Amino acid sequence: MSETMQKETGSITVKRGLAQMLKGGVIMDVVTPEHAVIAEKAGAVAVMALERVPADIRVSGGVARMSDPGLIREIMASVSIPVMAKCRIGHFVEAQILQAIGVDYIDESEVLTPADLSHHVNKHAFKVPFVCGCRNLGEALRRIGEGAAMIRTKGEAGTGDVVEAVRHARAVLGDIRRLKSMPDEELMAYAKELAAPYELLKETRDLGRLPVVNFAAGGIATPADAALMMQLGVDGVFVGSGIFKSGDPARRAKAIVEATTHYDNPEILAKVSENLGEAMVGINVSSLAEHEQLAGRGW
Amino acid sequence: MNIGVLALQGAFAEHLHILEKLGIDTRKVRLPEELNGLDGLIIPGGESTTIGKLSMWYDLGDAIRKFACEKAVWGTCAGMIVMAKDIGMDQPLLGIMDIVAKRNAFGRQVDSFQTDLYVPVLKDGKTKPFPAIFIRAPKLSAAGADTEIIAKLDDGTAVAAQQGKMLVTSFHPELTQDTRFHEYFVNLTK
Repeated sequence: MSETMQKETGSITVKRGLAQMLKGGVIMDVVTPEHAVIAEKAGAVAVMALERVPADIRVSGGVARMSDPGLIREIMASVSIPVMAKCRIGHFVEAQILQAIGVDYIDESEVLTPADLSHHVNKHAFKVPFVCGCRNLGEALRRIGEGAAMIRTKGEAGTGDVVEAVRHARAVLGDIRRLKSMPDEELMAYAKELAAPYELLKETRDLGRLPVVNFAAGGIATPADAALMMQLGVDGVFVGSGIFKSGDPARRAKAIVEATTHYDNPEILAKVSENLGEAMVGINVSSLAEHEQLAGRGW
Repeated sequence: MNIGVLALQGAFAEHLHILEKLGIDTRKVRLPEELNGLDGLIIPGGESTTIGKLSMWYDLGDAIRKFACEKAVWGTCAGMIVMAKDIGMDQPLLGIMDIVAKRNAFGRQVDSFQTDLYVPVLKDGKTKPFPAIFIRAPKLSAAGADTEIIAKLDDGTAVAAQQGKMLVTSFHPELTQDTRFHEYFVNLTK
């Protein structure tokens, strides 16, 4: 017992491990330390520190960038739960800055304006873990191949319309269900079809699930929406604009937390859905022009 | 033999998977009545604030306190925090074990780490180290007279303890392939 123990930081196990600790939970977008405290009190497992929630990014337009590090630090100081922050797709310097601040997870996010139209950040180069969005299994496995330690289906952020979240979760989980019955000799052709790394595709088939935690995001606005995503088979949910763009954020946040835990208990879901006040107004995704849809960002 | 895993939030599926591999009957516990008939309970890693609040909102606090008077309970990471008597912060706790825990004692996620840990009470524990994974982990800053520290880091930091049939670990045996901690807990439930 005399040999000195080596401590290894930033390993794949440690990066993926934090996401495993977030499972069954709700990660909430916050723009101020006050919001962060409300989220923590409501039972959020983590907060996403932002300058503007996606619904406001849609309204104000312009280039959406990483938030002010000062704001992110203030939010980190205000709560004891993990704090995530977003960098632009491919903007590895924003990611370096976020790692230097000490955020707990980086979201390389389509909600911000992409900085690179061909490449994502090489996430293996970082100690801090990354979460990335996807619309299908191929995109999920490409991100994991680049080092993402957690995946979220994209949905359509800032709309309050759950339809795209459902579509993307069904696409990923449906592809995995098909993959599970696929014999070895068909895997390479399927990897080519999905543009997915072969080894990760094989690992996913053998595990019967993605090798990392998979949350849903983009359009979740009610406790029922959260429970729907959980019943479809995701590991947890991100709620962005849905909480702080609603009439009673504290109450709605707590109800969504309860619904995510008791997602398969309709009596509890009915109870927590009562008297929540106004939900966010929302935008029908079908009314958005293609260039207004954020989910198409990511390569 | 039937062991429950508190399934309010966190890495409960990982615990269930290892218990099932050991041939143990398992149950997810989300409501007080789901404790009935269990021989032991595991409180998994996750967010301690979330697990503590959901326990309180769904009347699991008193039910688990009563359960712990007779049966075995094991908390990993967040589970250790909610089992502690005191953590020096204001958040809901079960307070069933005579320990003081400190949250995020090693720093934020960039400081999370894995290391080989010798845990003498485990099978071959003096010669075969346990792969210990610490994620935004707590430490034990104090323990009562009848609580035994069963694992320490090189610098003397206490990271696992036992008090009767109650067990706590700062790290996550549920994230490893090594089943020795789960086997040790199964024996405590007998």
